[in-house]
Amino acid sequence: MAVVLVIGAAWLLWPSAPPVRAQDRWITVTDGPRDDQRVRLDTSFFPPAGGGRAPAVLLAHGFGGSKQSVREEAARLAGEGYAVLTWSARGFGRSGGQIALNSPDYEVKDVRQLVDWLARQPQVLLDAAGDPRVGVAGGSYGGAIALMSAAHDPRIDAIVPQITWYDLADALFPDAGGGGPENGVFKRMWAGLFFSRGGPEPRSGPGGPGLTGGADDPGAPAASGDSGDTAGSGGPNGPGGSGDPAGTAPAVPATAQDVRCGRFLPEICDMYQRVAESGRATPEAVGILRRSSPVSVPGRIKVPTLLLQGLSDSLFPLGHADANARAVAATGAPVGVAWFDGGHDGGDGEADWLHERTLGWFDRHLKRTPGAGDPGAAFTVTRDGGRDPGTRRPVQLHATAARYPGLSGSGSATVPLRGAEQPVANPPGGSPASISTIPGFGGLAGLAGGAGGLGGLGVSADMPGQSAVFDSAPLTAPLQVTGSATVKVRVRPAPGAEGGKTSSAPAAGDEVTLFAKLYDVADGQAPVLPEGLAAPVRITVPAGGAGEATVRLPAVDHRFDAGHRLRVAFTTTDLGYSTPAEPAVHVVGLASQSVTVPTVTALRTPATGPAWWTWALPLASLVVAAVLVLTGRRRGAADHDPALSDVPLRISGLTKAYGNGERAVDDLSFTVGQGQVLGLLGPNGAGKTTTLRMLMGLIRPDGGEIRIFGHRVTPGAPVLSRLGSFVEGPGFLPHLTGRANLELYWRATGRPAEDARFAEALEIAGLGGALDRAVRTYSQGMRQRLAIAQAMLGLPDLLVLDEPTNGLDPPQIREMREVLIAYAARGRTVIVSSHLLAEVEQTCSHVVVMRRGRLVTAGTVGDLLAGRAPAGGASARLEDVFLDLIGENA
Amino acid sequence: MTRGETVNGSAPAAAGPPGADGSTAAPPPAADGSARGYAARRTLPLVVEAVRQLRRRRTMVVFGLLLALPWVLVVAFELGAGSGRRGAATRVSDLATEGGLNFAAFTLSVSASFLLAVAVALFCGDTVAGEANWSSLRYLLAAPVPRDRLLRQKLIVAMGYSTAAVVCLPAMALLAGTLAFGWHDVRVPGTGETVAAADVLPRFAVVVGYVLVSQLVVAALAFLLSVSTDSPLGAVGGAVGLVIVSTILQAVEALGTLREFLPTFWSTAWMDALAPQPDYGGMVKGVAVSVSYSVILVAVAFRRFRRRDIVS
Repeated sequence: MAVVLVIGAAWLLWPSAPPVRAQDRWITVTDGPRDDQRVRLDTSFFPPAGGGRAPAVLLAHGFGGSKQSVREEAARLAGEGYAVLTWSARGFGRSGGQIALNSPDYEVKDVRQLVDWLARQPQVLLDAAGDPRVGVAGGSYGGAIALMSAAHDPRIDAIVPQITWYDLADALFPDAGGGGPENGVFKRMWAGLFFSRGGPEPRSGPGGPGLTGGADDPGAPAASGDSGDTAGSGGPNGPGGSGDPAGTAPAVPATAQDVRCGRFLPEICDMYQRVAESGRATPEAVGILRRSSPVSVPGRIKVPTLLLQGLSDSLFPLGHADANARAVAATGAPVGVAWFDGGHDGGDGEADWLHERTLGWFDRHLKRTPGAGDPGAAFTVTRDGGRDPGTRRPVQLHATAARYPGLSGSGSATVPLRGAEQPVANPPGGSPASISTIPGFGGLAGLAGGAGGLGGLGVSADMPGQSAVFDSAPLTAPLQVTGSATVKVRVRPAPGAEGGKTSSAPAAGDEVTLFAKLYDVADGQAPVLPEGLAAPVRITVPAGGAGEATVRLPAVDHRFDAGHRLRVAFTTTDLGYSTPAEPAVHVVGLASQSVTVPTVTALRTPATGPAWWTWALPLASLVVAAVLVLTGRRRGAADHDPALSDVPLRISGLTKAYGNGERAVDDLSFTVGQGQVLGLLGPNGAGKTTTLRMLMGLIRPDGGEIRIFGHRVTPGAPVLSRLGSFVEGPGFLPHLTGRANLELYWRATGRPAEDARFAEALEIAGLGGALDRAVRTYSQGMRQRLAIAQAMLGLPDLLVLDEPTNGLDPPQIREMREVLIAYAARGRTVIVSSHLLAEVEQTCSHVVVMRRGRLVTAGTVGDLLAGRAPAGGASARLEDVFLDLIGENA
Repeated sequence: MTRGETVNGSAPAAAGPPGADGSTAAPPPAADGSARGYAARRTLPLVVEAVRQLRRRRTMVVFGLLLALPWVLVVAFELGAGSGRRGAATRVSDLATEGGLNFAAFTLSVSASFLLAVAVALFCGDTVAGEANWSSLRYLLAAPVPRDRLLRQKLIVAMGYSTAAVVCLPAMALLAGTLAFGWHDVRVPGTGETVAAADVLPRFAVVVGYVLVSQLVVAALAFLLSVSTDSPLGAVGGAVGLVIVSTILQAVEALGTLREFLPTFWSTAWMDALAPQPDYGGMVKGVAVSVSYSVILVAVAFRRFRRRDIVS
């Protein structure tokens, strides 16, 4: 307990890192296609904790956030010795300007000027004049600016983009059949959320904390570097927050342009309005979106890049990190990829782990600390480690591999699927829609999932009649899928459905939108859609024929347990996407009856066996225990003096001091011969009882020794079996009868029952019928007699009685006197301690008088009385002699 | 009076009567000076110690309570049967009436953290301090029962009673639950999945064993306090106090991984063994922590008792 307290105190008093002070300033930048727009950016600079010149980190916020969103992470990095600059991007927070979606003409130019500013700071380490050692990190929107500015500014030395895009056009118009964004299916809900978060400022102003709380609460998952659109913490309110807590909303009513486009650049706003209306990407839209995407800068990101992508991300799925990784790796720059339990759809977020990884990457590539950041793990995947048995919370394990294999895995397995062609209906208006995940409600989905670990149980639901399913046989062995599975699908119009179709159906061909999902199906349980991901595909069906496509199913890291089935499902609708309004029926079948799943066998989870201490701790404690027990052992070797074999008791030089240094027994020596009845006399506090306790081996003497029949007395010495004792009152088990007490006591000595001489002892006790009553009912005198009987069990050679006549009535006292005299007459020895001097005078042959722990005198009663007789007169009484001896008879 | 006189004074007594009637005593001349038939290894047999403890009211009350509790719970569930919400049953208590095993798991979950700890603390905390309190300890030690042996025998018997207490509760719960609610497969809290009863039964034995092991710390601390004090109440209360303090500290999440080394931290880890996929990781850690603490506490108890002056 003391150790716990010490640890606790040390932990409380441990010097914590000095608080990092942020310096808020406005930095004016000039940007625009013609470098003619002046914009004031709201920034915070966190000087490095260590002082001196340190590498710098630009920390960018997510869409809908502001510099406040990343404040906590900035302070942490500054505490680790980095100069950190955070800023509200143009169009966000209190910064001016309009949102240009990380355009090279706007946001990227802003960042270049922030790097210029950093180069002027005395706290920032420089590689050359005007070239600071600087890294960029951020999530989502902030991750994209990290990639884009690394492409455009050669002074940037390392980047850590999180949950971000490679091709924004592909993210919003994905096509798992490889048709590109122009053929893609519009990710309606995510796009709406994405663009509305840059929308008009909340007009409730400061009075509406609910609107901004989601985006700006520094305690929220903001530490992951992305606030507004991670984990959907803002929920339904989030989209309104433009991230300015002090948002001094203008008193003037918003103009039509304000409510239409908010803080977006008008050309981007117009583009979005066009594509959202039609649900199809125009080439111009694709062009605009790609200008803001790393896809437009091939071969230009040449710095060490750590890509942290969320497993639960239906907005920017793992494929975007994969494409970024390939693009950067092509330049020869080091690339790390980690798939963590998080993303735009929720999950744990792993804020601490992301911080560690980010810090490790910057330590390695900015501080150039050798070995930092786990260089052996180019690819890390967070896996479900079950639940922590203590906290009952999900545990993340991090499986690592030395090489990032891409979404096709380092190997693959082909799993046969069964299932005939099935008709699927597209409902009119695309409603009701099947659900894979609900964009922006990741937090809610997580709650609904409840017990699910990573992703786990989602809210996925396929509407009846809208899906075609193809199942595998139950797996004979567990299958860990890491990456994108592929399946070939064939679609043709349903033969009987033409009648129901409207005349507007194009005769030349038809387009079918399907959503491919990979389910984990176990008997008796609801199918699990890993991470709630669906892959949309748009297949063109030639007139009269069948359309085929090779569909890349969503990239996941999922373990299919043995006995589970893989299920590939195709649905015609999905809540998150724009689907055709026109009713139709198609027949969906597999072009090849199998699914090819990627595996990465190199991924190794750190040993999941018991923690090292589970075996080390018991072993260590066993050693400690052994030391404790063995060192405490005093091997009193049999110490026998044969010359004293016939001397019942010899005490020599006995000394015992108590804790306060007072000597209870001081250099006491006397000898008791056989057949004696010795009276041990002394006033209270003379040390009589202490002496008797030492005699019984209950107390260790500090000096001197006691020998019984020549054997030295130690605790539990075998010779004590020849000692019968009654010291300081009786000691019985109150719930047992007197008889049971005596019997159990004798059995506890381990000696043969016939040696006990119960009859004689019981006769001395004289309890009669009371012997079979519980001891707790006894009077003091009865207990006293029972205790003396217990002391006499086995007729010990040496009997020690402490105040034996306490509580006895005069006839019993007389009887006791006769018993003791008779006992000694048989050659045994009795020691009686008493303060009834008349009693001692009549019973004892010898006396030892003690005072304050010391021996006053010893000898026969007769000698004592005779020696003192002249002083008193004719016949001295022991009482007078005693008082004289102890000096009280003044 | 000087020392010299003292020695002189004792001389006549030593020269006194031994010669006269020494022959009548006729002590058996054992090499270690012990009385005839005495052997340290035969002192305080386990059965004697067990009998000494068995007839105590305390022992009777504890076992009576533990054996009655499952029936009280059965009655409680039967009485409240109408008002219970069925269907979305996700808590252990909601599932208690699913069958005998579910009921036993529920009974264990409500009693393992405190009731069983008190029972174990009672058996182990009272064993030496109780004797000291009755003053019978000194007579046992002067019998003589060697101190290490006394502790060993008492520890074995106390652990025996503790084991009986920890086993009898779930066993009676299993019996009562099966009679009241039938023998059905186990439904798991949370997901509501079912696990075959035949699969769970051996795991349930492991669970009971684990609960016993997790009470070792309480037992060892109670035992250590028992040899350190003459007050049985202090020993039992101290051990129970540890459970309470540890449970409170466990709630302080700021302690982080330090909490894993709290003696009660893993006390509910046995629930993982009843899941569809049993996970023994927490139980292994719990056993490690429990064994580590208790081994040291017991060693300290032995060391202490060996050196202690018995003044009770």
